[in-house]
Amino acid sequence: MVDAAMTGLRSTGVDSAKLKRMNSFRVGDATFRGLTFGAALLVLLLLGGVIISLIHGSIPAFSAFGLDFLTTQSWNPVTEKFGALAPIYGTIVTSIIALVVAVPVGIGIAIFLTELCPPVLKRPIGVAIELLAGIPSIIYGIWGLFVFAPFFQTEIQPVLIDIFGNIPGLSSVFAGPPYGIGVLTAGFILAIMVLPFITSITRDVFDTVPAVLKEATYGLGCTTGEVVTKVVLPYSRVGVIGGIMLGLGRALGETMAVTFVIGNAHKISASIMAPGTTISASIANEFTEAVGDLYTSSLIALGLILFVITFIVLACARLMLMRMNAKAGN
Amino acid sequence: MATLGTSAVSTPTAQAIYRRRRRGNGILLTFSFAATIFGLAWLVLILAALLYNGFSGLSLSVFTETTPPPGSAGGLLNAIVGSLIMTVAGVLIGTPIGILAGTYMSEYGRHNQLTTVVRFINDILLAAPSIVIGLFVYEVVVAPMGHFSAFAGAIALAILVIPVVVRTTEDMLNLVPNTLREAASALGLPRSIVIRNIAYKAAMSGIVTGVLLAIARVSGETAPLLFTALNNQFWSTNLNGPMSSLPVTIFQFALSPYPDWQKLAWSGALLITITVLALNIVARAFLSPRTSK
Repeated sequence: MVDAAMTGLRSTGVDSAKLKRMNSFRVGDATFRGLTFGAALLVLLLLGGVIISLIHGSIPAFSAFGLDFLTTQSWNPVTEKFGALAPIYGTIVTSIIALVVAVPVGIGIAIFLTELCPPVLKRPIGVAIELLAGIPSIIYGIWGLFVFAPFFQTEIQPVLIDIFGNIPGLSSVFAGPPYGIGVLTAGFILAIMVLPFITSITRDVFDTVPAVLKEATYGLGCTTGEVVTKVVLPYSRVGVIGGIMLGLGRALGETMAVTFVIGNAHKISASIMAPGTTISASIANEFTEAVGDLYTSSLIALGLILFVITFIVLACARLMLMRMNAKAGN
Repeated sequence: MATLGTSAVSTPTAQAIYRRRRRGNGILLTFSFAATIFGLAWLVLILAALLYNGFSGLSLSVFTETTPPPGSAGGLLNAIVGSLIMTVAGVLIGTPIGILAGTYMSEYGRHNQLTTVVRFINDILLAAPSIVIGLFVYEVVVAPMGHFSAFAGAIALAILVIPVVVRTTEDMLNLVPNTLREAASALGLPRSIVIRNIAYKAAMSGIVTGVLLAIARVSGETAPLLFTALNNQFWSTNLNGPMSSLPVTIFQFALSPYPDWQKLAWSGALLITITVLALNIVARAFLSPRTSK
């Protein structure tokens, strides 16, 4: 079409300036499209690059220790014996503690915002909760170390030890002494950090529940609580779980806040009050001081494990939320 | 169901059920109210602690002197400047890439397979642990160059900027009505000019919001800078050498045993939080007139 038009222009003797202009449009169009396409591909390449570079960096560690790397607990830079079990354990336990606290609270806030809150307060409260997500993790770290941990040590931990100390089974989980810092403290700080993510996604999926469904339930004489537990939650279950997994993804990879308060001890303790470590905290603490290829490589291998775990969790979260969105679209 | 049937006949049971339902409702609503108070309390507690501990240490010398050795007076000048340089560089690298990728997804490939995949991957990058990004940049920039550099730090920050900008650009361009594009095309404008002069203009406030949120996110990031830009005790604007940054300085000073350093760490923490929260609020203000329309 364009070519035909241009030969037409040429034959009618239109000045070459116009022709040049049209040509430059065509080149400009193609260039711009190419640039945008390249940028989109770059996003894919980034992820691929991250995975490949981490695999490449962790080859020395895996070839030295094999799969034992995943199942041994020793972490000894002097004898160059490294195992990832303690950091993996710490990462999972702190994340579970975070979810145990943050999930009920997050869903509670979402219920408040969607069903109870006066419309005037909806936006300010929503923004305030989201600002919690905006606070950098280093701030949670310094606050956790200087403000929260001492309070936790003197006020909360002794009470927990008293309560659970006499219950068989739980007594070793909550065994003292109260250090202040430790796995439980780190998990609790993580809970505050992932709370806004869980809240905002839960609120959004609650909002996708058709008003007709809720109105019909109210019309049957149900209470607000019954509407929430029997209609809203079952309808939005997949989305809520997606939001929780997204929060879990955040908790697993969170670095600075945890590094401040977990105590950085490469061991697995039965008590969640004891100091421990997580994958990200180990890397943050030791990477710049690691001497020797094997030490560095072991830390990169830890990074690879973390990335694989979070990738799986986040991918599941996204797939669930996509399913929820498709449902809302219908 | 059976109990409901009998309760209709005998009133005491019906009342008991009603009371139980009311109680259940009351418990749930009280819990959700308490949860909201609990959530908001942390924001208040953290901000109060920051103001209490950080404000007293804020003085002019924080902005005019470089980080001190333990035991002597000083400020955070080199850390503030280092953070500014790396954030600006990171945003300058990441923003164009992010906007272009978002443009492809919304304008050229809105319904194709590549866009779906890129969107999925981008959402994962958005939430990926930032320390892993730091390791990646260490592997591909720091290790080949043989030394830590502010340049590597800026690249790490740029990688964190990209997903935020991609996401908002795509969302905002998708909101631009197609009639606008069709009208421009009908005037004979080529596609790229329609995008640049019409679609970008219509989506401008949304895209700016995305960039502001990206700046807010990276200005507090510590983990990706730890082993890319490292830290620097002294004044430096050399992009090819280690550079100090506010978050890494806070990390180092807060964990030190020296009270002066800890005080400076609190002041730095207050500065970062004010900056980040202000950026978040400005970004929201930018967006609100559009969404309410």
